[in-house]
Amino acid sequence: MAAQALGGRQATAAPYAIELRGISKSFGPVQANRDINIAVPRGTIHGIIGENGAGKSTLMSILYGFYKADAGEIIINGQPTAIPDSQSAIRAGIGMVFQHFKLVQNFTVLENVILGAEDGALLQSSLVRARAELEALSKEYDLDVHPDAVIEDLSVGHQQRVEILKALYRQAEILILDEPTGVLTPEEADHLFRILAGLKEKGRTIILITHKLREIMETTDNVSVMRRGTMVDTVRTAETSPEALAELMVGRKVLLEVEKRPATPGREVLKVENLTVRTDGVDRLKGVSFAIRAGEILGIAGVAGNGQSQLLEALGGIAAASGRITMNGVELPLKGHKANGQSRRAAGIAHVPEDRQTLGLIMDFTAWENVGFGYHNAPEYQQNWLFMDNAALKADTVKKMATFDVRPPIPTLAAKSFSGGNQQKIVVAREIERNPDLLLVGQPTRGVDIGAIEFIHKQIVALRDAGKAVLLVSVELDEIMSLSDRILVMFDGKIMGERNPDVTNERELGLLMAGMTESKGA
Amino acid sequence: MTKLPRWADVVLVPLICLVIAFVFCGILIAAIGQSPLQAIWIMLEGSFGSTNGLGYTLFYATNFIFTGLAVSIAFQASLFNIGGEGQATLGGLGVTLACLMVPWPHWSLALLGSIVAGAAFGAAWGFLPAWLQAKRGSHIVITTMMFNFIAYALMNYVLVNMLRPLGSMDPASARFDKVVNLPKLGDILGLVGIPFSNKNPANISFLIAVALAVGVWALMWHTRLGYALRAFGKQEKAALYAGIDPVRITIYALLLSGGISGLMAVNAVQGAAHRLVLNSVEGAGFIGIAVALMGRNHPFGIVVASILFGFLYEGGSQLAMGTTIPREVITVLQALVILFTGALPYMVQKPLERLFALRGGK
Repeated sequence: MAAQALGGRQATAAPYAIELRGISKSFGPVQANRDINIAVPRGTIHGIIGENGAGKSTLMSILYGFYKADAGEIIINGQPTAIPDSQSAIRAGIGMVFQHFKLVQNFTVLENVILGAEDGALLQSSLVRARAELEALSKEYDLDVHPDAVIEDLSVGHQQRVEILKALYRQAEILILDEPTGVLTPEEADHLFRILAGLKEKGRTIILITHKLREIMETTDNVSVMRRGTMVDTVRTAETSPEALAELMVGRKVLLEVEKRPATPGREVLKVENLTVRTDGVDRLKGVSFAIRAGEILGIAGVAGNGQSQLLEALGGIAAASGRITMNGVELPLKGHKANGQSRRAAGIAHVPEDRQTLGLIMDFTAWENVGFGYHNAPEYQQNWLFMDNAALKADTVKKMATFDVRPPIPTLAAKSFSGGNQQKIVVAREIERNPDLLLVGQPTRGVDIGAIEFIHKQIVALRDAGKAVLLVSVELDEIMSLSDRILVMFDGKIMGERNPDVTNERELGLLMAGMTESKGA
Repeated sequence: MTKLPRWADVVLVPLICLVIAFVFCGILIAAIGQSPLQAIWIMLEGSFGSTNGLGYTLFYATNFIFTGLAVSIAFQASLFNIGGEGQATLGGLGVTLACLMVPWPHWSLALLGSIVAGAAFGAAWGFLPAWLQAKRGSHIVITTMMFNFIAYALMNYVLVNMLRPLGSMDPASARFDKVVNLPKLGDILGLVGIPFSNKNPANISFLIAVALAVGVWALMWHTRLGYALRAFGKQEKAALYAGIDPVRITIYALLLSGGISGLMAVNAVQGAAHRLVLNSVEGAGFIGIAVALMGRNHPFGIVVASILFGFLYEGGSQLAMGTTIPREVITVLQALVILFTGALPYMVQKPLERLFALRGGK
């Protein structure tokens, strides 16, 4: 089905930059890729979308030589090519920009670029050659990266450009980007797409893996949709719509917009005054004050790393802080051993942490052990003063898994064996089912597939409608705008302003997120 | 990460490692001109062939169960306690003081007293490094190791200057009163009609050790403290999110670990030597690390691994007595077993995984 003529300037005449024929790959009983056919015309931007676990990453890992396909053929520029390792992939002109950058933090841009591609044992000649080339590339594609800058001083957006430079320096004609905008501001994402458009102009081929439908619609020429290991369809982007793509991905109709009634805020649940968090001698959170009422969702917008994590950790009792927080009229401790996750839960605060894999779940623990995580002292999970009631905990897990449609519904499976979306459902189920007065939610849908996003959003809104307060922290502006009843924008550990989601827009929020206070309009 | 069936991971991998260790040792024995098969026969015969041999094997195993369990508890909390040696040494002091200072009317009361004293002294020796790590950030591997040396020095001082009976040239305590002698395993088994030699040092402590293994299992997988220990060990930062206090968990883990190490002295000091000598632990604290590794930090695995090491100890001394194979060879064998079962299981795991994948793929 992929062999049909696709949109692209040279679609009919020249061979495809990449053609995959009948690629299959299984891990034990799990078939990650099943008879995948895809053809990417040269000089196009080709999107690949699919839910977590649909097989996108496996397919790209095969293309980059991390895995060997069980069956099938890789054809690059018309030539059947074997890619047993990543070195061969690089030789074949394939460059990969991973979701998590592979950069040496205390090396300069130049040193990172030549790492692994040195000319010889002595670095001098490589450095001289690379510097010239880097400057040329940087200018040609408007990358704006200084060769002598040290990586740890660069913004995330710049670090990503260094990854792109690395690929280009290795003569990549085909660039694969895996979820490239997850960590970028809207501004930086726009810049990235301008860079990609420039690369396309120069005849390079780009494969963009993302779960953000808007990006697909705005930037790609063609898009392939994967579902459960198979390639469902490949279509011209101009001829499809986000709704149609979402349906292809999930296999059923999906609600992209969150349905919610206007909020009816009640009494004040949480009052935060002058909250400050200091780590390693730096103030990460600088005297933040706000309040949340019952029955409202307060959204915190901001680029990752501007104090939102510290805000959540201080409220959740994980990080020591100073200032004052009052929950239902009672002041809560901010430091010392009384400020911890247990005492916060006792005060009616539940917390879906930003990073479920390092905070919210113990990855090696089973699902049922994780359902008790943070609530392992809860009386309903105890048999007597000494022993825990593991059977009760398991039974509760079965119930929660059913309510939240966790798949597979096996309580004895380790958390790490679930997909991202299902891991998040376990965390959300655990926290929401406690019926807390205040729910702290950080990045509720990071790395979560569309079907699960819809579900988790519904649960958050339902909690609000039940008269509970929700503090939502997210770097996804779409999510903030569609869920929040009020929006606070954070920059550099401070709150830049409050906006009403009904009257503000992405541009205005984007400016606040970048620390510019004098915004017009709204 | 492992894709092996559970039984293969738990049973087959250690078994293959063990066989490889024995093969290497066999080559070594053949190289010095002895028959490997005869050697292994002597070892098996000596340690399992008679109830007396078995008694010795179980006596050694008892020591290792205590120290192995101790290491495993700390390990579950991701704390590498290599101070079992020192903690058991101090446990010996506790047991000795309990046995010498109190005029016990009956061995059972003396046993309770020495259990409390041994555990308390061992736990105290574990507490200091734990406190230093939790509050001061001193790494527990370094501090527990240092505390082993301090324990030796302390023991030297205490034995020579305080516990040594007047006129004795030996740096050892006085003999305990016969009242505190623990029942031999042979006597206990005799009560239920199982003939078992009582000419060996195996005593009631073996049963205590096995019961303790069950207790540790229940603690780790059926109590809140065990849950918190394991969660802390897997993901320290997540434990913070759940409200598990890192300072407390570190201290609890080392108190338990040190306490159980200290209990070893009930077997070695009260159960066998009947007095405190300078080196009452004889390296069992370190063997505990190997035993915990081989037993995969699971109490039941540790019991099995301890019996294996008990066999190596007893079989080794039989070998030294019955052949001209030097005693050192058995140390080499022990080292090989530790190397292959503790450090190199991945070497076996990978090919085995491939083998299973092949079989499963067909």
